[in-house]
Amino acid sequence: MGEEIDDEPETDGGIRAYTVRLELVDEPGELLRALAPIADNGGNLLSIHHERGNITPRGHIPVEVDLECPPDRFDAVVDGLRDAGVNVIQAGAERYGEEVSVVLVGHLVETDLSETLEAIEADAAAAVVDLSLAAPDGVDAVSSARLRLAVDSGRVEDAIAAVRSIADERDLSVVEPLPGGDA
Amino acid sequence: MRLAVLGAGAVGRSVAELAGEYGHEVVALADSRHATVDADGIDVSSALERKDAGDALGSATPEELFETDYDVLVEATPTTLGDAEPGFSHVRRALEDDRHAVLANKGPVAERYEELRDLEHESAGSIRFEATVGGAIPILSTIEDSTPEAVTAVRGVLNGTANFILTRMAAEGLDYEHVLSEAQDLGVAEADPTFDVDGTDAALKFVILANVLADGGFSLEDADVTGIQNVPGSALELAAEDGRTIRLIGEATRDGVRVGPRLVPENGALAVTGTRNIVQIETRHAGSLHNSGRGAGGPETATAVLSDVGRLPPL
Repeated sequence: MGEEIDDEPETDGGIRAYTVRLELVDEPGELLRALAPIADNGGNLLSIHHERGNITPRGHIPVEVDLECPPDRFDAVVDGLRDAGVNVIQAGAERYGEEVSVVLVGHLVETDLSETLEAIEADAAAAVVDLSLAAPDGVDAVSSARLRLAVDSGRVEDAIAAVRSIADERDLSVVEPLPGGDA
Repeated sequence: MRLAVLGAGAVGRSVAELAGEYGHEVVALADSRHATVDADGIDVSSALERKDAGDALGSATPEELFETDYDVLVEATPTTLGDAEPGFSHVRRALEDDRHAVLANKGPVAERYEELRDLEHESAGSIRFEATVGGAIPILSTIEDSTPEAVTAVRGVLNGTANFILTRMAAEGLDYEHVLSEAQDLGVAEADPTFDVDGTDAALKFVILANVLADGGFSLEDADVTGIQNVPGSALELAAEDGRTIRLIGEATRDGVRVGPRLVPENGALAVTGTRNIVQIETRHAGSLHNSGRGAGGPETATAVLSDVGRLPPL
């Protein structure tokens, strides 16, 4: 995993360079907050490209960070960023090029929504970048959740199929997007 | 053309009433028990008046309809699933007698497409069935004009009842049961709306479209169908937060048929409101075409039947 930034092969100590793309909210201190988990988890910052003039459709600022760390530390770096609430758009070789929304319907709370989301992130090779829950009749009744998923380019169909099977296991129904239907 | 109209429900009677305007003559009209037959043309309005008064359409039997000298059988009896009888046998009989058949009945073309095409190959007559898909909207003729080989997929909304319910749920923030009973009061939904809300009716239409694209191979049991009964109001609210809404969307390709609630852009072409229908025909060379209009109703569907009659070659 991970793409080499320079031509050097792995060093003896197994240090490798990685590129991580983040999306930050445009608020003072956000950048510093986002970088802390990298050092905390054993990563070494190489460079930061802060594209301040370039705002994403959701009003966030894309930031590209080059860092180096032992390969076995890289997952901890990315998890540390996500745990800190940082939106990771790309980590190493993972590139999330597309976003899709799905709506899940059913007993979402009883079936452990956070576990469902974890399963989706793991099996669907997708990052949940936005979540909205509506439970007008209380958490014990049928509720709905809209998820926005960042998915690898060209992998949308696979990701949705994975979401569908995760939902089936939990007896939830999925309202899927309609690829090609936007034209 | 001399028409023998089988079925005197909303569609059959509108075909009989409008045929004259399209330059055709009705020589027989039958319901399931009675018929009126006249080689010089029947008196449509007095036959329908008799039926409305609770009397027989005429003194003939439905069997006599087949024995009269007609060019086109209009099959407008209710859609049945599985063996699609008695509609299938009606069309077979017309083809075996070397007559044309125009269907408004979805059953035979959805469930027994290949058998119908085989019968057609042996016959001097041919079959057409524009009215089975999307009522008044010219969908099959658009595909025919583009040639089916140049069409890669057809997607869209082909059930007005389900679309009405989803539209009202989104607009009023009401739940499914509430809107369904409102739709029944308005006459938009039937007393038994099962086939509309469980996706069966839309699925039959998309199965027919897949059969046209792939030249057969599909029936209802091949379709992956989910209805709208379990879509809560909260799902529509969440969709709206994201500039989307939920519609009962069908998709037909050469690989299969799928019908289910899907997220579509709120202001996109497929998010038609009320009972309106729409299809998006995806073509190889001409991008997407969108045909929209009334997908049901007696006179509306009758216009599709009569357009088909006009496209038939002389026998």
